[in-house]
Parts: sequence; structure tokens; C-alpha cells
Amino acid sequence: MNRFKPSWQAVLAFLLCLASVASGSIAAADAAGVYPYEGTRGLILALIAGAALVSMFRISAILEALVLFIGAHLAAWLLIRGIAGVEGTAKAPFYLLIAAAWLLAWRCVAVLSSIRTGSKQASMALRLIVPTIFGAWILIIWEAATRGAGIPFILLPPPSSIGVRIVNSLPILAADVNQTIFKAVLFGYLIGCGAGFLVAILADRVPFMRRGLLPIGNMVSALPIIGVAPIMVMWFGFDWQSKAAVVIIMTFFPMLVNTVTGLAASGHMERDLMRTYASDYWQTLFKLRLPAAAPFIFNALKINSTLALIGAIVAEFFGTPVVGMGFRISTEVGRMNIDMVWAEIAVAALAGSLFYGVVALIERAATFWHPSVRGG
Amino acid sequence: MSIVIPEPKQVAAMSEIKNPVIEASKLGLTFQTNDGPVQALANVDLTIGKGEFVSFIGPSGCGKTTLLRVIADLEKPTSGNILVNGMSAEKAREARAYGYVFQAAALFPWRTIAGNVALPLEIMGISKAEQAERIKRTLDLVNLSGFEKKYPWQLSGGMQQRASIARALAFDADLLLMDEPFGALDEIVRDHLNEQLLELWGRTEKTICFVTHSIPEAVYLSTRIVVMSPRPGRVTDIIESTLPRERPLDIRETPEFLAIAARVRDGLRAGHSYED
Repeated sequence: MNRFKPSWQAVLAFLLCLASVASGSIAAADAAGVYPYEGTRGLILALIAGAALVSMFRISAILEALVLFIGAHLAAWLLIRGIAGVEGTAKAPFYLLIAAAWLLAWRCVAVLSSIRTGSKQASMALRLIVPTIFGAWILIIWEAATRGAGIPFILLPPPSSIGVRIVNSLPILAADVNQTIFKAVLFGYLIGCGAGFLVAILADRVPFMRRGLLPIGNMVSALPIIGVAPIMVMWFGFDWQSKAAVVIIMTFFPMLVNTVTGLAASGHMERDLMRTYASDYWQTLFKLRLPAAAPFIFNALKINSTLALIGAIVAEFFGTPVVGMGFRISTEVGRMNIDMVWAEIAVAALAGSLFYGVVALIERAATFWHPSVRGG
Repeated sequence: MSIVIPEPKQVAAMSEIKNPVIEASKLGLTFQTNDGPVQALANVDLTIGKGEFVSFIGPSGCGKTTLLRVIADLEKPTSGNILVNGMSAEKAREARAYGYVFQAAALFPWRTIAGNVALPLEIMGISKAEQAERIKRTLDLVNLSGFEKKYPWQLSGGMQQRASIARALAFDADLLLMDEPFGALDEIVRDHLNEQLLELWGRTEKTICFVTHSIPEAVYLSTRIVVMSPRPGRVTDIIESTLPRERPLDIRETPEFLAIAARVRDGLRAGHSYED
């Protein structure tokens, strides 16, 4: 009794294996009457059932996770490789086995999450492995569903072909990233955030500006980007400058509002304290009010990091030289090259996440003192 | 209940004071609120001499904090006069005449303890070398040496409040205004800090104005106790302490101490109308 510690994921995976055996072939026979998976079916079943069984014995967590990891991912790989070339022929056992492998991966993540290590490197590695497995399974299920059900390429290409497209189009993607992100987004982001920040200080220093500027800022933020972008193209030309202008308009207001709110965030007592030192406006601003506003300012920087990317890509729909992520998306959709569109989307998502991540890292370093960062 | 008329001997005591640091005459302050005017201070006459330790005690709403804030020029009186070091309160504030300790430590969480003590020094444009020397000296004074590099949130409440006292001492103002500085701390820590504060006062010969609502704290610390009462906020009694300057904690059990405490309690009771 003591040597067994069954988990519901492993038990269910085992049952799913039995159900898949009972419900016939994994995929329909091809025109020649040959069934795919004839050679690998036994191996797939052995991998899943074997890993499920081994995981139920009382073994070390690391070993259990390793067995589950290998079993789940090798089985998934064999399943997906087997369907290649005969897409759309998968039957119920295909999905049952994918589900069983997924359950093992779930169990693997659960085991990994419960491991407590003393060393910093090991816990850091665990913190990376768990979301990686999680993300990989989104792709695996996507791949299995699109190939297994034979979903038309135009509707949703499998992630593997998007990956192939990315690898084959690296120079084009690099040129697009350079045009859209390193020119339009970065320039617009810096100018937009900087202007929002400076205007917030101006509004704080001069009370009548606050009453006048905030409503105007509000109105600017409410301008529909779809309407503004073509006008910016007319004003600033086809190149990246017009896209940067759109980004400036989009990022200005979040920064203005957040900074104005942040400048009011310091406490009465702290401001009284500065008053007892006969501190002047700028000393109070730099030593008290701006540090206290930092969490708000970083919030705006984070919001703007994603807004800027959206703004630049959408603005490129309205006229651009023959390079740029928005340009690529709009033309490749017209040419039915959906995998290229997805490749651009993937690159944009990656770049956006990186941009956000860098800002969030700087925030952690700059506002280390804030309860939300230091934890408590 | 009628307003208690100050006893004549109190006026006599005031005129004796040499080297006045604070002179308030006919001081009044009325706040305009949504519920109509509120008279926070009415007709306060008070003189505090150099080197005194004066406590303001009274129930909440008696204007003791308001009076301290008027001295600090954080509030403007609506009538009467206030002089600090012979200047107007505003001039005195601009001359950095006092250090103010608030109810909470109000340390900046993004600065280390040393950085917090350096804050007033930076604002006053004191050189880096001198800053370092003063930070060391004032942190020694409040027994916080070795905590320079810690952040406020890494320290206990008592240590934070001591750091805020160090910050108020750092720029060597002769006047220390303290607004219930130990109100949020537990009894044991408070006793300890009271003892340290007395020792510090003895060593530095500063003038200290101390707001509290604790009778033992007021009697233990003060050379003079100003009893205040609410609606309108006013001074009802001023009690000279007969205790010696050297005060061990157990002085609080002596008959002399208890007699002064009893008088303070009587003063509070007389000024406080229980009917409403």
C-alpha cells in the first residue's frame, strides 16, 4: 500500500489509454488501405501507460517528473508526427491519447510545482520550466487539433508551419521589426511618455493649466486611432514618422493622467514634513512627490508599452513604405499567406512581451520599496 | 459647565520666563468647515522659555496638535500673535528653527535610514562630509548606529520613530516639536523611548514641546504641563513640575509624581464637560 501513491491524472490517463485501445484505429486508412500509426501505436500506448504507472510508485519527485515529462512529450510528438501528411483523418483514439498525454504533463507540472528547493538556481529553473511546459501544451494541443481535424490552413495554420515560416522569413521579419518597433514605436513611446510626464508637471505647477489641459488630454485620448492615423500619414508622410505621431497621441494621455494622480499620492504628513524644512517646490517634487509617484508612472509606462505597439501596427494599415509589421499583415492577408500573418503576430507578441518585461524589470528595481514589490 | 478661568498664579509664572523661545498671545484659530466654523484655539496665552520641556495634554479636539502646528507654521492663526525665537512663525520655519516629529515616523520608504536622516540636510544644502558626520552623530544619539543601510520597512515601529527623531535632530534646531510621537507604540517601547528622550533632552539642552494624551507620560517628561480642553480649544491650567531633572522610570511611583498626576487629572476633568 505504502509503495503506491496514485494521482488522479495518472489513473485517468491510464483509463484513456484503455478507452483508445477499445475504440479502434487512431486514424482512418488512406487510399491504399494502409492505416497510419501501425508501427508506432504500441510505442505511444506503452509510453503513456508506462509513464502513468511508474509515476504512481513512491519515487523521488524529480524522477517522477522526468518520467512523466518524457512519456507525455514523446507520445505527443509521435502522435503529431504520425498525422502529418494525412491531416483530417484522426479518429477518437487520437484525441483520447493526446488528452492522456496532456494529463501526464499536468501531473508533471503539479509535481514540479510542489518541489521545494533551497538553492536559488534550482528554484529559478523551476519557475521557468513550469510556465514553459504550460505554454508548450497550448501549442501541442493547437497543433494536434488543427492537424487531426484537418482545419483549413486559411482559418488556422498549425503552429509548426508558423514556426517554419518565421525561420524562413527572418530577414523580412527583421526589417519589419526594425521599421515598426525600433523606429515608430520606440520614438513615439519616448516622446509620448516624455511629453505626458512634462505636461503633468506643468499642470501640477500651474493650477489653471490643470483645469485646461486635463480635459484636452482626455479628448485627445478619446480620438479614434482609425480616424487619426490617415490624417497623420497626410501630415507626416508615409514613413515611420506618421506612425510615431500616432503612438505619441496614444501614449500621451495615460502618462499624463497617471503622473497627475501619482503626484497627489504622497501623504499629508510627508508634505508637512517637507514644509517644516522650508523645502521649495522643486526639492519637494524631486525628493518626495516624484518618488511617491513612481508606481503610478511605471503603470503608465507598462500600459503604454503595449498601446504603442498596437498604435504603430494599426497606423501602418493606412499607408507605409513596403516594410513594417502592419504593412506586412495587411498585404499578406490579401495574398492569403495566413502563416506570414501569424508569423508577424507571433513576433509582435514576443516583442510586446519583451518590451513590457523590460519595463516591468526596471520598475521592480526602481520601486523596490513599494509594498507590492517587496511583498508586505 | 462653565469655562474655567485660569488661576492668577499661572500668569505670574509666565512673566518670570527668561529667554522666551515661544510667545503666544491671544492666539485663536477658527477652521471654516462645511458644518460651519470650528474654533480650534481660543485666546491662548503661553510663553515657553529656552531649555524647557513642555507637554500639552488634553482630550482629543482640545487643539493641542493645532497649537503645535501653529507654532510650526503648518497652520496660520486667525487671531492673536505667535513669535518663535522672536520672529514670526513663518520666518522661524524658513530659518529652520525647529525639528518636527509627527505621530507616525513618516520616513520615506525609498531611502535608507541614513538617507532619511540626510533628507533635511540635503534640502538645507549641507556638504556631503558634514552630512555623514551628522548622520553618525544623530543616529548614535537615538541608539540606531549600525542601521544606516536598512530601509524603514525593515525596522520595528519603535526604531522607525527613533529614526524620525534622529531626522528632526540632524540639523541642530534648538526647538523640537513632537506631536504624540509615541502614541502608536506599545507601553514597554514607549517607556523605553521616554527614558531615552529625557536623556537626550538632558544632553542637548533643547527646548521640547510635546503633545500627548497620556498623563504619566506628560508628568514623567515635562518641566511644565499645559492642560487644554475642547470647544473651544483653550489652556485651562499650567502646572510646574517639582520633579528633579534626573528622573529614573520608578520616579512614577513616588508621592510627588502622583500628586502632580492627580492635579493634571483634576485639570482635565474640570475642563472637560461630560454632559455633552
